[in-house]
Amino acid sequence: MTLNQLTAHEVIDLIRKKKVSTYEVIQDIYNQIDKVDNFIKAFLILNREEALKQAKEIDIKVKNEEELPPLAGVAVAIKDIITTKGLETTCGSKILKGFIPPYNATVINKLKEAGAIIIGKTNMDEFAMGSSTENSAFGPTCNPWNLKRVPGGSSGGSAAAVAADEAFIALGTDTGGSVRQPASFCGMVGLKPTYGRVSRYGLVAYASSLDQIGTITKDVTDCALTMKVISGHDHKDSTSAILEVPDYLKSCQERIEGLKIGVPKEYFIAGLDLEVKDAIDKALKLFERLGAKIEEVSLPHTEYSLATYYLIATAEASSNLARYDGVQYGYRTENYEDLSSMYKRTRSEGFGNEVKRRIMLGTYALSSGYYDAYYLKAQKVRTLIKEDFDKAFRKYDILVTPTSPTPAFKLKEKVADPLTMYLSDIYTIPINLAGIPAISLNCEYNKNNLPLGLQIIGKPFDEETILRAAYNFEQNSEVERKKPEICSAKCKEVA
Amino acid sequence: MTEKIITKKEVEYVAQLANLKFNEEEKEEFTSQLNSILDYFKKLNEINTENTPPTAYIISMPNLLNEDKVKPSLTQEEVLFNAKHVKKGYFQVPKII
Repeated sequence: MTLNQLTAHEVIDLIRKKKVSTYEVIQDIYNQIDKVDNFIKAFLILNREEALKQAKEIDIKVKNEEELPPLAGVAVAIKDIITTKGLETTCGSKILKGFIPPYNATVINKLKEAGAIIIGKTNMDEFAMGSSTENSAFGPTCNPWNLKRVPGGSSGGSAAAVAADEAFIALGTDTGGSVRQPASFCGMVGLKPTYGRVSRYGLVAYASSLDQIGTITKDVTDCALTMKVISGHDHKDSTSAILEVPDYLKSCQERIEGLKIGVPKEYFIAGLDLEVKDAIDKALKLFERLGAKIEEVSLPHTEYSLATYYLIATAEASSNLARYDGVQYGYRTENYEDLSSMYKRTRSEGFGNEVKRRIMLGTYALSSGYYDAYYLKAQKVRTLIKEDFDKAFRKYDILVTPTSPTPAFKLKEKVADPLTMYLSDIYTIPINLAGIPAISLNCEYNKNNLPLGLQIIGKPFDEETILRAAYNFEQNSEVERKKPEICSAKCKEVA
Repeated sequence: MTEKIITKKEVEYVAQLANLKFNEEEKEEFTSQLNSILDYFKKLNEINTENTPPTAYIISMPNLLNEDKVKPSLTQEEVLFNAKHVKKGYFQVPKII
């Protein structure tokens, strides 16, 4: 057993009791990265020197009996779309290769103030556009549970890093499921907070009305701990909510007797893997045993979510990504005659195919003559989708669904057909459109030993109740918590 | 698929708007892929939204304004650090006129 295999709260406890040093913890983390990341490829860049230096600083604080901040000594991996001062941030794109941000995202400052140690930046689908991490300009990440399968996406590097014990906690971002779906594929806990709960300052924009930073952790306790640290209003993000941040750790431990759970019938349709369906049924039975009341509910506009999402997200993306023009930062083509050809060549050489496809779709949807038919129409349907949830939450405290219709799929399986790839986010997308919080946690392993995710959806700014439901599930579930084989076996055997 | 929603010519026009450049093969591929995606989007026409207001931002919040106060910001050196072409403290672009 090495220290990197523990959860964040276990490590925090050991450091405080002076049973281990932070330096040992961080060393174990990098030893694991050295051992397995050649196969998993979760990280794009490491922050080794700086991280070990910070570890020593925390050890001095421990020695001097100074008060320790809440995440002191915890190794955190950051999705490479969140800016880190002085540490390259590429968004998984050739167009930002070599970009060294001059400032930290607000969440990075908050993590640092809380004593967390940034160990590196994780791989992702380019600009968070994808569901498998195969759209990274720097090559795909593999799923630690089965190296021939995808880790999910777009925060695939973050989920894989935590699953393979290469980090205790990771930050991801979730625009249509990019935290929850990879967390589910890798058997981890992934939370997408309410839109506005966590500051987006320093998060490179994909679709601004949907983007939200979220956490990937090994258990619900770590999720609650991290959420307490990163949440809250930030004057640098005018869409961040001015609301008190609750003590998630305390409230999640309360019981769920009497909790009213709605199960949306539209989520149990053709295309849902049978083993996933059985796992969710079993989970619902556990909730029932714990005293929750379960009923079927209808969210009638669910089937329109995917089209609505892809219109809104691509329209916003086409506008947000106009800034990559080869002037202020990032890639510039070598080969141009004038300003216009410099822009066009830079963007065409710098962006990958999926990003170009979405810019094209979004530009088309916003173009003169099509705006009403596509973008405005999608915004109206968004209202209806949100109203479905509003209605459901008048009667229920939480909704429970699968996180994804299937377990992790094979690498290259869906690359050729964008629409099939989009469908793997069908259960997570409506939540972003409604702006509400949702958590994914493992509820079963299928016969091939692949994790299956359960999604718990909550009311706006009520992360407390979904964390409470998740915590109660985790504590009472009979599903044993496994580690991927790559964490114990020698790498040669696995590869 | 029955009829084309977006033609190759329109793909060329949209590429122009988006400052992107494609070769012939890419244009064909994008035309076909965008057509199947747009065909899927037609689904939204099944719903009557005549009396439904659009939603731009999901959580209604008051407009927040920062105080109009001068605060320290990035230095010129920091701002220019990531640019590939810099001249005399400016970003440099190809000659325009």
